[in-house]
Amino acid sequence: MSEPLVLSFRVDGGDLSQAGVASSQVKLTLKQLGFPPDVIRRVSVCMYEGEINMVIHAHGGTATVEIGADSITIILADTGPGIPDISRAMEAGYSTAGDSVRDLGFGAGMGLPNMKKYSDRMEIQSTVGVGTTVTMGIDL
Amino acid sequence: MTLREVKEILNATVLSGEDSLDLEVRSACGSDFMSDVLAYVKDQALLLTGMVNPQVIRTADMMDMKCVVFVRGKMPDQAMLDLARASGIVVMTSEYRMYVACGLLYTHGLLGEEGL
Repeated sequence: MSEPLVLSFRVDGGDLSQAGVASSQVKLTLKQLGFPPDVIRRVSVCMYEGEINMVIHAHGGTATVEIGADSITIILADTGPGIPDISRAMEAGYSTAGDSVRDLGFGAGMGLPNMKKYSDRMEIQSTVGVGTTVTMGIDL
Repeated sequence: MTLREVKEILNATVLSGEDSLDLEVRSACGSDFMSDVLAYVKDQALLLTGMVNPQVIRTADMMDMKCVVFVRGKMPDQAMLDLARASGIVVMTSEYRMYVACGLLYTHGLLGEEGL
């Protein structure tokens, strides 16, 4: 089996208006590689919501996308404050985002639920004070 | 409905993508919450919104939308229009408020989703 194609990005924190650059790049690459539109959209939304989360909550981080033969894996890693209660964070409508985030149309508590909805697998590893890694898989 | 008809019905000004007005849209959605757009949009190719920031264009791009209409006369900045142009998204602005803009398009036959 051939090695997966790996795309890596640094996601800058602090400026939410600039979030989504990596997601757009991934979308473009998948389009150029000829993936079906529904796969491209699911990967794009998962990554975009994750990227927004990293900017809002964790001052940025790294995004890695592994394009394999059977699935596409998105790994979003940050060294932010961590998530104290993951099951609470997964509840639709629960958000700790501030008004500045809501002013941009986010912070509705839909990010993690959306990521779970659009991925086939999602795993969150988080330690308070150390950081969070979210891994999502989309089957091909 | 073509984007040209959308422009006429909403008495809108086209800010980007003037040459793509023959594109056809079959359904639309109106929202100021981008997370809701990401959560609930399926094949709606037109987004009406009163929210003005680059994430509106990025959200529309992620959902493969063809057109963003800013309501209440909201004006995007040049960076947003550049982003829209790079993504192939038509951008318009209309003086109508959200409720009226959605209502006008709906009564002219542009539904929210299939059959509704």
